[in-house]
Amino acid sequence: MTTGSRTRGVLIAVVLALAATLASGCGVTRGDQDDDLAMWIPNSPGGGYDQTGRAAVGVMERDDVIDGSFEVTNIIGGGGSVAMSRLMNAEGDGTLMMTVGLGVVGATYSLGLEQRPHHATPLAQLIEDQEGVLVPADSPYQTIDDFLDAWKQDPDGIVLGGGSSPGGPDHLFPMQLAGAIGIDPRDARYVVYDGGGPLTSALLGKKIDVGFSGVGEFEGQIEAGELRVLAVSGEERLTGESVKDVPTLTESGVDLVFTNWRGVLAPPGISEERREELIALLAEMHDSPEWQQALEDNGWIDAFRTGDEFTRFLEEQDERVATTLEELGLL
Amino acid sequence: MESLDLLWGGLEAAFTFENLLWACIGVLLGTFVGVLPGIGPAMTVALLLPVTYGLEPAQAFIMFAGIYYGAMYGGSTTSILLNTPGESSSVMTAIEGNKMAKRGRAAQALATAAIGSFIAGTIGTMLVVFLAPWLAEIAVEIGAPSYLAVTVLAMVLVTSVLGSSRLRGFIALFLGLTIGLVGLDLSTAQSRLSFGNPLLADRIDIVVVAVGVFALGEALWVAAHLRRKPLEISSVGGRPWLAGDDLRRSWGPWLRGTALGFPFGAVPAGGAETPTFLSYVTERKLAGADSEFGKGAIEGVAGPEAANNASAAGTFVPLLALGLPVTATASIMLAAFQSYGIEPGPQLMTDHSDLVWTLLASLLIGNTLLLLLNLPLAPLWAKLLRTPRPYLYAGILFFASLGAYAANLRAFDLMLLLVFGALGFMMRRFALPVLPLILGVILGPLMELKFREALSISDGEASGLVNEPLAVIVYVIVALAVAVPAVLSLVRRPQAADPDKEKELVS
Repeated sequence: MTTGSRTRGVLIAVVLALAATLASGCGVTRGDQDDDLAMWIPNSPGGGYDQTGRAAVGVMERDDVIDGSFEVTNIIGGGGSVAMSRLMNAEGDGTLMMTVGLGVVGATYSLGLEQRPHHATPLAQLIEDQEGVLVPADSPYQTIDDFLDAWKQDPDGIVLGGGSSPGGPDHLFPMQLAGAIGIDPRDARYVVYDGGGPLTSALLGKKIDVGFSGVGEFEGQIEAGELRVLAVSGEERLTGESVKDVPTLTESGVDLVFTNWRGVLAPPGISEERREELIALLAEMHDSPEWQQALEDNGWIDAFRTGDEFTRFLEEQDERVATTLEELGLL
Repeated sequence: MESLDLLWGGLEAAFTFENLLWACIGVLLGTFVGVLPGIGPAMTVALLLPVTYGLEPAQAFIMFAGIYYGAMYGGSTTSILLNTPGESSSVMTAIEGNKMAKRGRAAQALATAAIGSFIAGTIGTMLVVFLAPWLAEIAVEIGAPSYLAVTVLAMVLVTSVLGSSRLRGFIALFLGLTIGLVGLDLSTAQSRLSFGNPLLADRIDIVVVAVGVFALGEALWVAAHLRRKPLEISSVGGRPWLAGDDLRRSWGPWLRGTALGFPFGAVPAGGAETPTFLSYVTERKLAGADSEFGKGAIEGVAGPEAANNASAAGTFVPLLALGLPVTATASIMLAAFQSYGIEPGPQLMTDHSDLVWTLLASLLIGNTLLLLLNLPLAPLWAKLLRTPRPYLYAGILFFASLGAYAANLRAFDLMLLLVFGALGFMMRRFALPVLPLILGVILGPLMELKFREALSISDGEASGLVNEPLAVIVYVIVALAVAVPAVLSLVRRPQAADPDKEKELVS
């Protein structure tokens, strides 16, 4: 069953209450109503969106970037599309933000929603996460070239796997990689796993040949030498101790940069003035040492872009997702 | 025995008065939060984790272990008393457990659950102590084909719980399988039976189905007959403890449940649903045709509860040896370990062995304290059921709604709960058994997922379904399970005078 979905939204409320009453012994203080903000997380507690959204809100609250309270709510459903439709319905609400990312774009396509992230009010992109090409330690592929050569020779003989269903980052990445090296994505054999845990065990048990997923989740196995990263998908190499020697795809002669990004949206129809104010809040948060620390702790890459630049980025991402899914006949 | 020495060291480190106090607090907190409906163990642990943050690692562990076991047990309590399971692994407990409670045997049901959990948890933890690295290596070899074979076996066994009318049983089973289809298909991300509603895209939570069909359906049914039927007074029979007979009947299920549950926990993506179900069916089969099953059999509580806890202990194998969280509870524990400075993964056993042994020792202590604190409480909990019926069912309705809402914090789930409550009512009206429906919802998606995973790895080759030794072994068992009763019934046909009895044999 859907084991992952059992962590719950009540979490926030009770954790806050517990923390407030047990640890500090004081009640929750509320500021002026107008200063209160809300952050919607389009997925369950503990996931990537949740970590990013909560880290940002935490920094803003601790640094007194905002005067009022900042309430975080997990709106679970349809891989983020439930939160997306609700955001579109909250037209003109200037006190609301929502965390967004590549997965939400894919989910809106899978569920046939008309509304896309760039139709809301894009505020800022916060971070980037790189995807990695992972193989078990005793795989015959020592370098990314070994794998790509083998793959080109026998596109449907090599079994790939990832932790997200079609339209999600772990699926889009190998499909775009196939396209970039001249393989018809429809020939690729992609097996869906329910997240990083099952994917790791499939790799360790050699059920699949190559795995595609965010590198951060696999640090333990990579350090222990049980999994090997052949390449990372970003523009630059990662800085972590165990992965700093892993080449990027572009270094290896593949013309593909793929990142899983996360950012923040506001509802459509808010005033230009309010938009600038919210962007300023996020910029102030971004410049704080606490945020830089959060980036480092979580292994995220700083990728801050705001306003119209972020809107253009969202449009371009949307198009790329649409093209990939179209090529696969999934649209 | 090096492992035993290390465990002893861990026990010594954990065994101080102050630590025990923290463990007691943890058990009580865990139990009370776990008792709240809709809040399963994963949620409880997540909620209470911050409480342990200010403590020393050893104290934090021991309190954490208390919370963990308390939460697990709290979930069973609501299943038994109110028929509202808090998560999928305690669904099977509700089936016989609640019937026992209605017959005035709630205290016994709670006691067998507590002791069974204790035994399974202890055996499971000891197995983790001695076998974790070795088991982890084997566990990753077990893939989709083997898992599919086990679900096929479970499906074949479902036919034995279809009830007296095959037709009604199959109707209920297929209703369940259909409900299991709702939502996004994981392999292709296409919506099925969700009617364009994104809220249905995430599949229907088994807890909402179970609480709707069990608790709400029954409350509606009782309400519909309140005036026509005399009030049933549940007599509290015998002492509120496990009497000799109950104890004798519980031993076997406890041990068999443990044996079934542990391997499933140790296998990545094994889960607790399949072993609890297998344990239930095994006990039902072993109990024979004229058992108490269906009326509140203690075996039906003892087995699944043990299986559930053994599976939970088993999840420590991939978690500690591979750093792989395989359940929601395990992923929260992973986060917890990281906050205590333990980085689970292949080197954990060597790098942080002292902390690991303290953790395992804490689990043993937490488990023991749970038993000591909760056994005396069982009769108290059971008194809850003496509440007059209108108030009791009003309370059940309240908690069922709260639970369904708390699951995802969305009003839509309340609508679903009402729909499934109405379905549960209609099923009672037309004498459709609810058990096959629940099993359909649990097993259908699992079976489909593993079937398609196996086939997409083999590129559609049917050989990909049997390319693991374990899969072949399980299919042989399936074939035997189907063939032996059939052959037996054929052989015995001439003598079979009673057609009802023959039906039992075929199943």
